[in-house]
This record gives sequence, structure tokens and C-alpha cells, in this order.
Amino acid sequence: MADVLTFTDRGIYCPAGDFYIDPWKPVDRALITHGHSDHARWGMGRYLATSGTAPVMRHRLGDITLETVDYGVKTRIGDATVSFHPAGHVPGSAQIRVAVKGEVWVVSGDYKTVADGLSEPFEPVQCHAFITECTFGLPIFKWTPQDILTQQINDWWATNAAAGRTSILGAYALGKAQRLLTTVNSAIGPILTHGAIENTNAVLRDQGFALPRTTLVTPEISHKTHPGALVLATPSALGTTWARRFGPSSTAFASGWMALRGVRRRRAADRGFIVSDHADWEGLNAAIKATGASKVFATHGYTSAFQKWLSSEGYDAHIVSTDYQGEGFDQADEAEA
Amino acid sequence: MKDFATLFTRIDESTKTTVKTAALADYFQTATPEDRLWTIALFTGRRPKRTITATRLREWAAEVAGLPDWLFEESYSIVGDLAETIALVLPPATKTEDQTLTHWIGYIKTLSTLEDDDRKAGILDAWNSLPNTERFLFTKLLTGGFRIGVSAKLITRALAQATGQDEPQLTHKLMGNWTPDTTTWDALIEADDPTADLSRPYPFYLAYQLDGFDDLGAPADWNAERKWDGIRGQLIIRGGEHHLWSRGEDLMTDRFPELAQLCDYLPGGTVIDGEVLAFTDERPLSFNALQKRIGRKTVPKKLLTGAPVILMAYDLLEHDGKDIRDMPLQERRESLQTLVAEVPDTAPLRLSASVPFKTWDDLSAARDQSRDLNAEGLMLKRRDSPYLSGRKRGDWWKWKIDPLTIDAVMIYAQAGHGRRANLFTDYTFAVRNGNDLVPFTKAYSGLTDKEFREITAWVRKNTLQRFGPVRQVPPEHVFEIAFEGIQASPRHKSGVALRFPRMLRWRRDKPVDEANTLDDLKEILATYG
Repeated sequence: MADVLTFTDRGIYCPAGDFYIDPWKPVDRALITHGHSDHARWGMGRYLATSGTAPVMRHRLGDITLETVDYGVKTRIGDATVSFHPAGHVPGSAQIRVAVKGEVWVVSGDYKTVADGLSEPFEPVQCHAFITECTFGLPIFKWTPQDILTQQINDWWATNAAAGRTSILGAYALGKAQRLLTTVNSAIGPILTHGAIENTNAVLRDQGFALPRTTLVTPEISHKTHPGALVLATPSALGTTWARRFGPSSTAFASGWMALRGVRRRRAADRGFIVSDHADWEGLNAAIKATGASKVFATHGYTSAFQKWLSSEGYDAHIVSTDYQGEGFDQADEAEA
Repeated sequence: MKDFATLFTRIDESTKTTVKTAALADYFQTATPEDRLWTIALFTGRRPKRTITATRLREWAAEVAGLPDWLFEESYSIVGDLAETIALVLPPATKTEDQTLTHWIGYIKTLSTLEDDDRKAGILDAWNSLPNTERFLFTKLLTGGFRIGVSAKLITRALAQATGQDEPQLTHKLMGNWTPDTTTWDALIEADDPTADLSRPYPFYLAYQLDGFDDLGAPADWNAERKWDGIRGQLIIRGGEHHLWSRGEDLMTDRFPELAQLCDYLPGGTVIDGEVLAFTDERPLSFNALQKRIGRKTVPKKLLTGAPVILMAYDLLEHDGKDIRDMPLQERRESLQTLVAEVPDTAPLRLSASVPFKTWDDLSAARDQSRDLNAEGLMLKRRDSPYLSGRKRGDWWKWKIDPLTIDAVMIYAQAGHGRRANLFTDYTFAVRNGNDLVPFTKAYSGLTDKEFREITAWVRKNTLQRFGPVRQVPPEHVFEIAFEGIQASPRHKSGVALRFPRMLRWRRDKPVDEANTLDDLKEILATYG
């Protein structure tokens, strides 16, 4: 049987439907898993994405030709049948299921298996072949449970507020920031936001997501006008003059990489919270098992170790070279996770 | 161990020295005296004896975590720290036990007396009783090496806060080869006499690289010496015994047995700061000759005759049993000169001569001769300077010669460890040889974080082939590689080995066909090897 999907230098391609999934070079027709800039790129002739992803794509890519579809709805494209299923990565994010003549392949995009209280929870999709990310595909990555994480962040914020310090938390503008917003205890103090995050907040609020009250940081705002505040900033804003207006402060960074002491120290933040919108080791393994797939392709992350591990577990596992970044710890904010 | 874990976390989380110092000072006021002493020992590199091999620990951890050995190794290569890797992969502890730091160190010592199976059971039980941070710290005790971003300076500052004593006094007290088994908190910290221990060295005075002559004042105020290219050492002669300390506070006495005879010529109560050099016919040999003796605990006869060493004396710190570090350099050097003059030429001691100069230009000319003399450059010391401790600006400056350099092509990249786990930071470089590229060195440092990020993104997109963690990349980028020395090496394909290679800069302006060739490299070897 012919392959449902092939891997080209433009992206993941479906010959039966003549479309690409998350291509990184201009193509005529692109199916998009989610709105992060390494997956939803500018310059495609037509886009197809979930209705939950569409607003952020329009916000970021401007005037594009974009069709939307709801989760679980089957669409016929050429000889292929496609449908989108929740990936739990960020609001609106999807895995894309492609069926051709009874053979089913699924592209995971980016995903996590634990519910974050905001994104539509991950749903396993039965398939023959699963194309998976493995950003954190090593057994050293285990995420802090959501309730403990929330406690840690609230304690940190409350302690700082009591000591007269501003709490500056670095997080990616789409997904991570809003997820943190919904878990923190807004009774502790005011919540301020960096422009890139506030713009995304506005898009998500329009879609009907309930986020706590936030205030955009403008030139007249500082620790004097908002004592004891929690400031949500993009990672690149940490340590800049923008961040220095908040007076005495404690900085923290929220990322899966914070599981590693060395990375935590390189980032030179006061605190590191271990939280990611990607699956951890157990999440990846459980997700792959749940698909029932015998063939697995690893796209980005610790691909060589993960492929070897999957092979030893009996899968027909391969590595695929892509342009996806995963949780790019050191990249600019636009390559988010 | 909970309070020790809290201390560790407070230190590890903060980037501010005030916070770290306060955390340590709190701990020194609240922990038991035994725990305090062990904490100082661990943070100053005095670890308990290793009782279980790293290999066994890896096997046991992989087994408990249900991982194949190769996957454990792969994880380790990313984390970069064995104890941290173990703490991360193990399943959560199912019970808790709160014991002191000293208890766990005693526990580890007891394990050493047991049979292998019982040791294993003991370790697994401890792993299963300790929450994450404590488990990491316990494993760190097993694997040794406790570098957590606490300098000796920070320890002494915190101790000064906690005890009310002077920092220089405390710095001196913490030097030497004490361990928590040979002393107590009271004897080490509270007692008054830092020279009670005959082998105890003084803290070394270190210099910064000179950044200009503008602030130095008159040349006549300065003494210049060669900066010899050997191993900095402090020779202590007290009570009929001698001890030789390295700058890193390693006792090197047995590695350089020829220095023992100096006991016969120098009076007790003498401490000399100098450079251990391989030396024949009144000339220092290159560092390559000395290198053969580094890392050897004892020395075979052949090496003793092939690369005999001397102590090239820079300074006198103790004279007739008296600490003279506060006297002006000029006077200390005069006393040193008198002492050295009384030692016969057959004995392995020389005075590092002053380099005469009237103007800074004279000095610059003298510096240009450094390589011919097998020296690393010059040292400038203010004539009236005291002997301070640690790296200080103002009175002493080093003026090193520029490194050797070569333009090379990057051909392989590998991700770093620890702090650089998700960046490609370790590169292999090649020189051209006809149409071939011959690898000749690796380098890991010298670029900015921004450059490392840029190259990392490029490597991800341009991988030609993977060999485990190593990625082969197209030969497109040229880097200027700086190094301190070169020697012939039959083990390397290129036939050379470099000393301290690092990336000086990324030569974006240079195409690959303008990188240096193997012949260029051989010429450098012929000139400087």
C-alpha cells in the first residue's frame, strides 16, 4: 500500500489529496495543526485549520485565505479524508488524521496529554502510522502535576508581594501565558502583561475563553502604580530595560527545560517552573501506545534516542527531518511552544 | 538533610550573591556543628571518599527506572550530571526519612564495609526514602564533586557574618588538607591559630589581565617578571617537612619528589610562591615537557631525568615562621633573594629574575621575547604591594602574549552538557589538505550565546548525517581557533594536539577555501612545538 503521507523539503505531503501539513515553504494548500509560527507560516495559497486556531492565525498572518473546520468533522480532499482532533497543546490545536483507502495516518503537531484547564484536552486517535513530536523524548522529563505547579507559582508570587518585590514570569505569548493566567490566584495582586501576550489574550477572549483581568504594561505603569504585581512577559523581555521599570523583583521562567538544573542556571532567572505544553516522557509513550499505530515517525526533539527507544519497544520507528522547533528554549519568542 | 536541601535550593535558585550569602549565614547559625563542618568541606571540594563506583550507580538507577543502559547514558549526556540524571529518572520515593547530612555521610561510609548486594540494597533504600532534591544531594555525595556556584569567597563571607570573624583570617583557616574526620568546627573555625596545621598554605594572590598602562603611574613603581608557563605552586617548609600546594589547593608534594631536598637548604618557617617548571641547562622547557608529569601521583625514574623540575620563586610569604604578606613586595623579594642565594645551584630552586625596563615600550619589547623563553607573558607587580588573597585589581597585573591562531572549518557539531544541553556547542574543526578536510581539534567555548543559538538553528537544518549524538554538517563555516600550545601527537589523524583550543571568532567573512591548510598547521608545529 502506498504511503498516505510523504516527507518533502516543503513539509509533510499527502499525494492522494495534494496538500501539505504544517509546511515550511510556500505551497498551494496547507493544513495547519496550530497557530505557533513554526507550524503556521506565511505564504501558503490556502489554509485549513480548526475554528479555534483560525483567530490567532488571522491575527498573526494577516489577510490569508483560510477555511475552518470543527474537531471531528470529516472533510474530503481529493482521494483523502481528513479530520482534526484535539492535541491539548494550546487552545484550538489539533492532530490531523488523514485516511486514504482505509489506511489511517495521524500527524500530531505539538501535543500534551495532561489537561491544562484551557486547551481542549488531547484525544488519542487510532491509526496505522503516527507522526509524533518528541521535544522532550527522554526519561529525564517529568512534569510537575498541575496542582503542585499552581501552588508553587502562587507561593512565589505571594512571598514576593509580601516582601515588596514584583514577580516577573517569562512565558510564551500563545498558550503558556494564558494557561498560567487561568491557574494563578488573582487575589494575590494585580496581573500585568507584556504587549505580545496581551494581544493574544484579546484574541482568545474574543473566542470566549475566560481569562482573569489583566492590564497591559504601558509607559506609565511600574511597581509604584501596581505594587506586588505579577508581570507576565515574553522570555526575551526578561532582563531588559522594559523589565527594569518594576523595581526590586524576582524573575522566573516557565518551561519544560526548567527540569534541567543546568538550563535553569543558564537562564539566570531566580526561579524555574517546570511546565510545558509538550508531552513529557510518559505522556509521549502513553499517547503513542493509545494510537495503536505500529509505524511511528519522530519529527522534532530528541529524535535519535526516541526512535531507538521506540524500536526497542517493537515499533517500526523512523526519524523525519522537519523545520519544527518544539519548545525552543533559546529562540526568539516567535518560535514558541 | 532537609535543612541542607533548603540551603542548596536557596543557593541554587538565586543569582544574587547577597541571597546566597544570607542563606549560608542562616545555615551556619542553625545547623549542627557537624553538619556545618561537612557543608564547608563539601563546598570547598573536600568530598567523602567514593565508596561505590559510578558504573554501579548507573546500572542500579537504570534498573530501578526500567530503562535500557544506552537510554540512561543518552539522558546522562544531556543532563551532564550523573547525580541529577539518577534523581530525575528514578520513580518517586515511597517513604520519607529526615536525617542530618552527617547521618547520610556516615551511612555512605558504612556501606563501604558491606558486600555488593547489601550496598545495592542500602543505596536503593536511600533513593526510595528521599524526595527529589535530597535524593539528588545524597547521590551527589556518592559521586563526589559538589560544584554548585558557591565560591570559597562566598563561604568565607557567610562564615564572617555568622561568626563575626575577619574574612582574610577565615580564608586562611579554610586552606589546607583538613577533612571533617581530622578536625572539628571548633578547632577549624573557632580556634585562633591558623598555623596550627603545619601544612596549611596561604591563599594565592591572582592577577587580572592588563588592560592598559593609563592607570599604572610611573614605570619605576613597578617590578616586571616573566610569567612562566608551568604550574603555580606554594612550597611550605615547616617543622622539617615540606608541602607543595597547587593553586587549586591540591597537594602535589609527591608528584615532584626532587623538591624534597630543599628541606636541607631552606630554614623552617619558609613559604615560597613560585612556578613549578621543567628545567634543564638553566632553561625552562616548554609546557609539553611538564605535561607528562601532570596527573601522575608518582614519577618513574625516566621522567625524573627527562623532565626534571625546579621551583621558580616569585615571592616569599612566610619568613622565619612569620607571616610577611603585609610587607611591601620589594622587601619580600629582597628576603627571598637572600634565601635563594644560600641554596646551591645543584638544588632545584631559582629566583624568577626581574625584567629590567625604563619605559612601557621597553616592556612591550621584552614581552615579545616570551615565546622564545617558553614564557606565557609578563607579570607586573607594584613594588610596594602586599600579598593579597584571591583575584584582585590594582597592584598586580598579568600581561599574557596573544595566543596562536588558525582558521579552521567546522565539520561536526554535538550538543553540550548541563547549562548548554539544548544547544550545539561542541564542534570539531578541520584544516584543508588538497581537496580533503583533516579534523585536528575540538573546541567548545569562545562564542556568545547568540552565536551558539544561531549555529544551533543552522545545524538543525543542515545535518548531513548523524553518528549518535554527533551531527555531520556541510563544511561552510570558518572559525578562528586560538590555542596556547601545540605538540606532535601520533594519536591524532592530523598529527598534532593543541593546548586549550577555543573559538576566537566566527569568520563569517571567510570562504572555506581561505581556511588554513594542514601544511600551515605543520609549520606552526615546527615553529612552536
